[in-house]
Amino acid sequence: MVKVFKLEELDCANCARKMEDAIKKIPGVEDAQVQFLTQKLTLTAPEEQFPALLKQVDRACRKIEPDCRVLYK
Amino acid sequence: MTRRLKRELIRLCIAAILFVAAFFLPLTGVWRLLGFLPAYFTAGYDVWWKAIRNILHGQVFDESFLMVVASGGAFLLGDGPEAAAVMLFYQLGEFFQRYAVGRSRRSIAALMEIRPDTANLETENGIETVDPSEVPVGSVIVIRSGDRVPLDGVVLSGHSDLDTSALTGESVPRPVQEDDEIISGCINGGGLLRVRVTRPFAESTVSRLLEMVEQASEKKARTEQFITRFARVYTPCVVGAAVLLALIPSLLVGNTTQWIHRALTFLVISCPCALVISVPLGFFGGIGGASKQGILIKGGNYIEALSRADTVVFDKTGTLTEGIFAVAAVHGTDDLLALAASAESGSTHPISRSLLAACPDPVKPDEVEEMAGRGVRAVIGGRVIYAGNETLMREIGVESRPCHRTGTIVHLAEDGRYLGHIVISDSVKPDAENAIAALKALGIRKTVMLTGDRDAVGKEVAGKLGIDEVYTELLPADKVNRVEQLLGQKPKGASLLFVGDGINDAPVLARADVGIAMGGMGSDAAIEAADVTLMNDRPSSVATAVRLARRTMRIVKQNIWFSLIAKAAVLLLGAFGIASMWAAVFADVGVAVIAICNSMRALSFFGTHL
Repeated sequence: MVKVFKLEELDCANCARKMEDAIKKIPGVEDAQVQFLTQKLTLTAPEEQFPALLKQVDRACRKIEPDCRVLYK
Repeated sequence: MTRRLKRELIRLCIAAILFVAAFFLPLTGVWRLLGFLPAYFTAGYDVWWKAIRNILHGQVFDESFLMVVASGGAFLLGDGPEAAAVMLFYQLGEFFQRYAVGRSRRSIAALMEIRPDTANLETENGIETVDPSEVPVGSVIVIRSGDRVPLDGVVLSGHSDLDTSALTGESVPRPVQEDDEIISGCINGGGLLRVRVTRPFAESTVSRLLEMVEQASEKKARTEQFITRFARVYTPCVVGAAVLLALIPSLLVGNTTQWIHRALTFLVISCPCALVISVPLGFFGGIGGASKQGILIKGGNYIEALSRADTVVFDKTGTLTEGIFAVAAVHGTDDLLALAASAESGSTHPISRSLLAACPDPVKPDEVEEMAGRGVRAVIGGRVIYAGNETLMREIGVESRPCHRTGTIVHLAEDGRYLGHIVISDSVKPDAENAIAALKALGIRKTVMLTGDRDAVGKEVAGKLGIDEVYTELLPADKVNRVEQLLGQKPKGASLLFVGDGINDAPVLARADVGIAMGGMGSDAAIEAADVTLMNDRPSSVATAVRLARRTMRIVKQNIWFSLIAKAAVLLLGAFGIASMWAAVFADVGVAVIAICNSMRALSFFGTHL
């Protein structure tokens, strides 16, 4: 299942790249794309794992950009 | 400018004033050094804050951290002005970078502002203004002059001219009347229209287009993937080099302070930002610029493939030709067309329809007899007219005259006397010839036409348009085989484009390096199957797309080389102590800002329709 999230306060392109790498490494994530230009995260993962994964995704993003927030649409 | 950016600008101005003040204060020694601290921290306290937080998270190669080490190191080495200036200019550069990215984002977003906000729904209580997503299929909406069409539908009443330019790049308005389909995103340029909605908002043309363009940036070009990989190793390499530069020469020749100073310069340029940001921005701009021309490109990878086009394969019907039969020539007596039209007026065959299109008000025949597979015998105003193919003429004992034109030929005879014939053919699109010429001018090695049509027809069209190779009488499966054969013939690294109308050529569209479909207005199947969709159905847009792709690639490459050379040069000069930290700041953020500005050129492509 694919879901799209908005990333707020994503300020640097290199950080977006680092986030993408970090999210891809989370177990359970099948694919992740962080778009710096559209400020979007496209996450592919099994549906039942989404709630648990999102917490980890959020943590991974904050680790790289402390102000960044993942908004659930 | 957002409020946040404004605040930042004010802060940087204050820091600059503090910096100048510190410069002119009559302080000496340690006091002079400390004098620069207010300017330094006003400019860079947030960098410090972020660096500390990131260190706690275990992010060592973070750019904020490296910046803190570089500027803090300069302070410790007793170089107050340099440390404060580097922080100030770094922040100024970041500010401009943020501003430029925000601008680009907005100008791309502006292109996408075709999403309608409201729909005027007809209800029992009169007309209500509602959100388009709340309008159910089958309900009736009213579109006033100047309104954007909010949903796809069929016109119930009214007639108007639609401005489709936001979708197709086409400036000539499209007339619509009752029973015509209209698609969302167009602007009603004329009268009031009542429209029955045929698709929910989420599936409407405008929603699908926007979704597609937004998703386009997810399909990354090879160049972009390379940059991502490069960025991953760049920072650790530069930091490693800085450590080595600080250690080895000091152990060999001494003068540790000087070498540490040079190593700090390295840390300032350790962020691959310019590359990481400007390359995708260039592709994004290219995709945005193309959509303005009615060319939808589904990913950066297709821009890359388009730019290396070598062979362009066209389908004939519906792509190079209109896909509609029309009267091409009338050879014989003056009333020939009128006679043929009235003889055929009862039939719904495509041939009959094209005759009726050429002569809309025929005399109603007194008597009609269909002669299956051959034609008709009709009595018109007391005259007995035979209209049909050669076989029919032979049967009634009339010698028909062969025609030099290709197409379907309708012969006419009266009382054993030959009257003449009418040639009906699929007409070539007006810009097809220019399309091929333009591709040739762009250096495309080979143009090919594939068709299921008869050999004579195919050859005539290909000859007229100046196409290099033509394969006729192909079944759909044969087309795939031909394309595979052509794929084998092209040089390595070059790409093959296939241009079709999206109807029953999906396998070929998928097989080609770039499948280009004539999008028609709102033909879903075509948009889905193709890598590139031409919303205006013009073959000449293929050449426009190739030109645009090449330009985008040029811009992207300029950015890559410019950033790499600038960084390499400063690293090299920095190692020898020629380039200062100031130059390093420029190589870092200055280059990024220039590259971003350059990328934005990709957006403003004003290629002319040929």
